[in-house]
Amino acid sequence: MATARKEAQVTNSFRRNQRFFVLSVIIPMLIFFGIFYIYPILAGFVGSLYNWRAFQDEASRVFIGLDNYLTLFRDTVFLASLRNTFLYAMMYMPTAIILSLACALAINASGRLAGFFRTVYFLPVVTSVIATALIWSVGLYQPRYGLFNQVAALFGLPQGAFLRSPSTAMLSIVIYSVWKNLGYDIVIFMAGLMAIPTTFYEAARVDGATRLQMFRYVTLPLLQPTLVFVIITGIIGSLQVYGPIYVMTVASGADLPGGPLNSTIVVAVYQWQVAFRELKLGYGSAMGIVLFLIILGITLLQSRFLRRRWEY
Amino acid sequence: MTTVTNTSVPITARDQWRWRRIDLEKIVLWIVLGIGAIAMVGPFYWMFISSFKNRIEGSAIPPTWIPQNFTLENWGALTDLSVGSMPVFFRNSLYVTIVITFITLFTSSLAGYVFAKFEFRYKNVIFWFVLSMLVVPFSVTMIPLFDMVANWGWRNSYTALIVPILFSPFGIFLMRQQIANIPSELIDAARIDGASEYGIYFRIILPLSTAALAALAIFTFTFQWDNFLWPLIVLDKPELYTLPLGLAQFRGRSSIDLGLVSAASFVSVLPILVVYIFAQRRFIEGITLTGMK
Repeated sequence: MATARKEAQVTNSFRRNQRFFVLSVIIPMLIFFGIFYIYPILAGFVGSLYNWRAFQDEASRVFIGLDNYLTLFRDTVFLASLRNTFLYAMMYMPTAIILSLACALAINASGRLAGFFRTVYFLPVVTSVIATALIWSVGLYQPRYGLFNQVAALFGLPQGAFLRSPSTAMLSIVIYSVWKNLGYDIVIFMAGLMAIPTTFYEAARVDGATRLQMFRYVTLPLLQPTLVFVIITGIIGSLQVYGPIYVMTVASGADLPGGPLNSTIVVAVYQWQVAFRELKLGYGSAMGIVLFLIILGITLLQSRFLRRRWEY
Repeated sequence: MTTVTNTSVPITARDQWRWRRIDLEKIVLWIVLGIGAIAMVGPFYWMFISSFKNRIEGSAIPPTWIPQNFTLENWGALTDLSVGSMPVFFRNSLYVTIVITFITLFTSSLAGYVFAKFEFRYKNVIFWFVLSMLVVPFSVTMIPLFDMVANWGWRNSYTALIVPILFSPFGIFLMRQQIANIPSELIDAARIDGASEYGIYFRIILPLSTAALAALAIFTFTFQWDNFLWPLIVLDKPELYTLPLGLAQFRGRSSIDLGLVSAASFVSVLPILVVYIFAQRRFIEGITLTGMK
């Protein structure tokens, strides 16, 4: 009896201690997420319905309903930024996926040097976006003195304007981005390839499959979850691209990030301009919500279409 | 009894040819991947050597692959740029990044531990709530956050950089997955031996999750070292700038000084490059750990 009571007491004090511990972690955490996530989400949504400007006194804030959203779709710069965002994603995604999958397969097959190649290809991923974008912009893409144009001059090739021309600026940024992020996708793909059991390949070999057939009927289907992951994270990232565009266009001489002539302005860059240069916080918030809805829509669509159909 | 059975098929001329073909294939692969590797490293090499060239050599045609007139003038000029001083930016970045990394490791492992090893009411709902914060893009919360920070008088202070990321949904998720693998018997045994709950966290959970902590530390450090948008919004005093903000001040009106830009960029790349060279395996393992799961 006595021992049982003592045991009960001990477990009770254990319970009390654990309860206290859990609450001491969970309560501050919930308060934090309430203040720095939930409140801003709501405030952003509500603010998008107001004529909200930075450093404005509360009294002059006027409710304008969906006016910000209606203005958005008449704003030619916003429409251009939307188009550019999709243009960037559509140029970046297929290039990045095909190239990184090819590299992952090649590195996997390269035997002794696989570790070395993986390390080298991953190098740009770990380094700063800002520093590397600056070096590409100033050191490689610069008219006349950039490395690309210097080498072109050496071989008597025509000079490229790269970031200075509205027709090539976006492409130049996409090429940089592929270089910068390639290693990330390679590592993810290599992990995915490693997870495919070798028995599948052995079975395919016994059946007399060619290497192309093995890729088509074994690797590709079994790599699907990895592929979905890379595509989803890639698209979400592309739709929010900001840093390289800001740095590369400003460093190459455009007056505002997103130049020349708004040829590289994307939604995130335009939102920054509207909110923090023109101080239109309500209008900027509306833009943020539209971007969020687009991202959400694409994610849902993808998870519908690219659902995992194989199990192993 | 033991008869040595030679099961290997005698090597025919055809097989030999096959072996040679595979070798040849590998060599072609190495050459192609090698060219790619040069493209990967090239910009860093160009950055490095350009920082030791003077203005004239920096714009020379044909370009020089090794500095002919080696100079340190670009590196010397870093303390006195028109936008501020690189060493100051460097110190600011180091301070902010280290503080944020330590806080993230602490809060993520603590909350991750609670989610992994305790039962309490609404646990799953709360965990799902934390996870759902991952899908909220920064473009939605950025503007209200700026408004809050401005109202509280936090603009131009590191409080504005640190406080809004005290807890990381991603870090909590990662640590929960990893701490769940620690056997609960260890925790119960410590409890019976009279260890306090925080004692268990510090003396059992933390030491046993070093691999995940290292991955999270690397991830947080590299991410914060490069964080650009939020500091750009809340800081506008050059003496408070972090490295990305300082670097973004280079504006190419006419011809920009390649040597100076190279030296400045190299300063910001160097610390991570050094750590990467020595711990590259950890970086890559970290990505597979943080990316997939």
